Amino acid sequence: MIALPRTDRTLVGSWWWTVDRVLLASIAALLLVGTILVFAASPPVSERIYGDGTRFIVKHIVFLGPALTLLFGVSLLAPRGVLRLGVLMLGLFTLLLVLTLFLGLEVKGARRWLIVAGTQIQPSEFVKPALAVVAAYLLSRRDGLQGAPEAVALVGLVLFVVVQQPDLGMAAVIGFVAGLQLFVAGLAWPWLAGLAGLAALGAIQAYLVWPHFQQRVDAFLDPHSVGYQVEQALRAVTAGGMLGRGPGEGRTKFLLPDAHADFIFAATAEEFGVLACLLLLLLFAFVVLRGLWGVHRAADRFTQLAAVGLIGQIGIQAVINMAVNLNLVPTKGMTLPFVSYGGSSLLALAIAAGMLLALTRRNARLEIDR
Amino acid sequence: MTGLGMPIARPVSPALVVGRRRIRVVAACFAIAFVSIAARLVDMTMQRPSEPRVAGGEPVPANAPDPRRADIVDRNGELLATNMRVPSIYADPAQIHDIDRAADELAAVLSGVAADELKRRLRAAKRFAWVKQESTAAEQAAVLRLGIPGVGFRSTEKRVYPRGRLAAHAVGFVDIDNQGLAGLEHAAQAVLVGGAPSGKAPLVTSLDLRVQQVVREELLRAHERFHTKGAVGIVLDRETGELLSLVSLPDFDPNQARRASADSRKNRATGQTYELGSVFKVLSTAMALDSGKVALRDGFDATEPLRIGRHVIRDDHAKKRTLSVPEIFMYSSNIGTAKMVFAAGGGEALRGFFERAGMLTKPVLELPELAKPQLPKRWVDITTATVAFGHGMAVTPLQFVDAVAALAGDGTRVPPTLLRRAPDEVPPRQRVIEARTAEDMRWLMWLTVEKGTGTQVRDTGYLVGGKTGTADKFNPNGRGYLRGAVIASFVAVFPLEAPRYVVLVMLDEPRGDAGSRGLRYGGWTAAPVVREIISRIGPVLGVPPSSALARAEFEDRLLTAQRGQPGRRKEAWVAAVVARD
Repeated sequence: MIALPRTDRTLVGSWWWTVDRVLLASIAALLLVGTILVFAASPPVSERIYGDGTRFIVKHIVFLGPALTLLFGVSLLAPRGVLRLGVLMLGLFTLLLVLTLFLGLEVKGARRWLIVAGTQIQPSEFVKPALAVVAAYLLSRRDGLQGAPEAVALVGLVLFVVVQQPDLGMAAVIGFVAGLQLFVAGLAWPWLAGLAGLAALGAIQAYLVWPHFQQRVDAFLDPHSVGYQVEQALRAVTAGGMLGRGPGEGRTKFLLPDAHADFIFAATAEEFGVLACLLLLLLFAFVVLRGLWGVHRAADRFTQLAAVGLIGQIGIQAVINMAVNLNLVPTKGMTLPFVSYGGSSLLALAIAAGMLLALTRRNARLEIDR
Repeated sequence: MTGLGMPIARPVSPALVVGRRRIRVVAACFAIAFVSIAARLVDMTMQRPSEPRVAGGEPVPANAPDPRRADIVDRNGELLATNMRVPSIYADPAQIHDIDRAADELAAVLSGVAADELKRRLRAAKRFAWVKQESTAAEQAAVLRLGIPGVGFRSTEKRVYPRGRLAAHAVGFVDIDNQGLAGLEHAAQAVLVGGAPSGKAPLVTSLDLRVQQVVREELLRAHERFHTKGAVGIVLDRETGELLSLVSLPDFDPNQARRASADSRKNRATGQTYELGSVFKVLSTAMALDSGKVALRDGFDATEPLRIGRHVIRDDHAKKRTLSVPEIFMYSSNIGTAKMVFAAGGGEALRGFFERAGMLTKPVLELPELAKPQLPKRWVDITTATVAFGHGMAVTPLQFVDAVAALAGDGTRVPPTLLRRAPDEVPPRQRVIEARTAEDMRWLMWLTVEKGTGTQVRDTGYLVGGKTGTADKFNPNGRGYLRGAVIASFVAVFPLEAPRYVVLVMLDEPRGDAGSRGLRYGGWTAAPVVREIISRIGPVLGVPPSSALARAEFEDRLLTAQRGQPGRRKEAWVAAVVARD
């Protein structure tokens, strides 16, 4: 591919010379690491659920093809294409999201999944990046913060549906991304404080309304008991030490119901050591900071806000997931982007990453007609 | 800043500039978050390096060196208590994914483990809970097949009592941590665990399991037949002070001592005092004769009930005439015995005698279950009179047997023991009465068996002497005595020509049946048990049947005595068995 001359003006040629290849490589590395870790961490869980240890590995690899295709395809788009895709996705998946409330598959007391053509999909995963793009567009359409009410209204609507499921983790990420976008859009500090207060109120409300949420917070605050999964995760991290027990030697994965997904970080620590975890952490930090650096150069508000939203989404998920694994924050079901097993999550993240790459391409800008 | 000097002509909107500034803030925030997580990661590995890195970090409880307890054996080396290495099953609840399921599965393969109770324990424990202590190899295999993570095994030493109930009270038992809780296991704890951890010599007891087996069997038969509340059987070797048998009923299985009732764990032979009644006349008569103030030929008037203050002492089947000492003993006259004791010096003399016989203090034996005698506060006349026939003073059956052992032999005693004594280990003998008095006592006891209340013990093949006792039971809840509730007992010595073994059988509240003619008296309930015991253990102990010559000596003495009592009708001596002792 290096053989592509700079003068190549074809779609792919110009993409190659304008895309942030370092960011692309980092994301590819995350996907690769994720695949390895799913190999390591998922067999016991898969064995437990399906009686077949390879089920998750096979599915992950099957999803990897479409994910890479989507990532590449979306990154080819110009900002306007990204916006169109975002609007389209938002429309389609918000509809599906609403449908989950009525037709959704109930798992552990929440309706988050739809069965479409024999596969389970989680519409909210796709709504997340699409909403970031559309909200960015609504914010950037007018000067200053004149577009904020529309954007807030849209986000509020989606949040309402997500909370009905209920999916508090998803709601937190969506809320955080929206807040981040408003912040970057220049929302005054008093407003930001108000927003933070609102989020805190929402959290308190959630604590009062949902027993499982209350339970998790209580478990986190109680110094003598952390929940079962977290306790296992902590033991896994300490048991692994700096260099880990070695690939395939982990034991905690047999005890962690979510070793392949939400607690893959802990499983990694046990088998590959804290050193490997630090490298993974470094990779995430690099993706986020490199992405933000790219956004910093953005030539227009849409690309700036949309890209910040997408990076924020990936970053906050990574931070929360790792923090939960290390018992820094109360348990919140959240996947580690690109690394955890999960079909919908992986595809949606591929789209998000594709959008991010598209938006951080050199000279990417969106002329907005006023 | 707006575009001045910038190569691109396009104006940069102020909002975009604000956005850039704020993106830097966002980047800083994310950087801080990532650094915190990195710090936490490093911190976790640095601060807790001691966490075990093996087998899923299973917390293995400090495996204290399990002291191997010495075995306990009988005098012939038969095992009474030994150790077995067995697996104990524990669980780390934190490692069990589904406690309900795990508990159900474990309970299904482990005997004596209830699923509900196990669930409760697993939930209550943080990192360690016993699933089942002292399990078996088969159960261990079954648990391994279940393959539940977080369940582990520890090899523990289990105390096993191969003879079960046979010598339960003497041997005692241990708790789950192998600490002696009762019996020799408790009393000899230091000896059992002391010394080298391996190749320890067993603790040899004085018990003879062959004798113990017989005593328990016969006692149990009576216990069941007469529906007694409790029963005691003791066989003492008066030469060495060794207890060959110590049985207390009801008994328990020391292998499952925790399930036994407190009543069955009570050692009635050493840990409980009884007012033994007329068997005590052995002691008071011996005292009277030994004082030198009373001779066998002396007569005491038992025509009238004895009045002491406002108390009246009667005989149950009063002869209403003057009785000689042998008659008093044979017919078990309360009036005669009391008068005899007064003639010999009264309360002071009796108390002094009990002191010499070691009956005023707590008995000494290698057991924790020892009861202090209950003594009269003051030895006033009425107390002295009642104690003379076994009321108003309560002692353990062990102490009584110990005293009788002295009187029936050569008048000396050796402190009793539960541990085997080699001939050179027998402590010096203490004199309680003169040898001559002891000889008289043997003859009186023989007389009781031959002609008196103890005829049930006649046909054993041995010359046996004894005394019956039927004591009204003191009412523990109020004043006075319980009507109809008695302690029936019989104490015997054999073979009389060379007295060696003392046998005591005591039945607590026997209910008479047709075989005992509806009578609860010691002569009809306890005496037959003693007869069976003696005829069975005599051969086992290698005692040759008493010769005709030895028998003739006792007969001769009877005839001499009869001749020496001119004017007394012959029937006085060969009187029909009195129904009541």
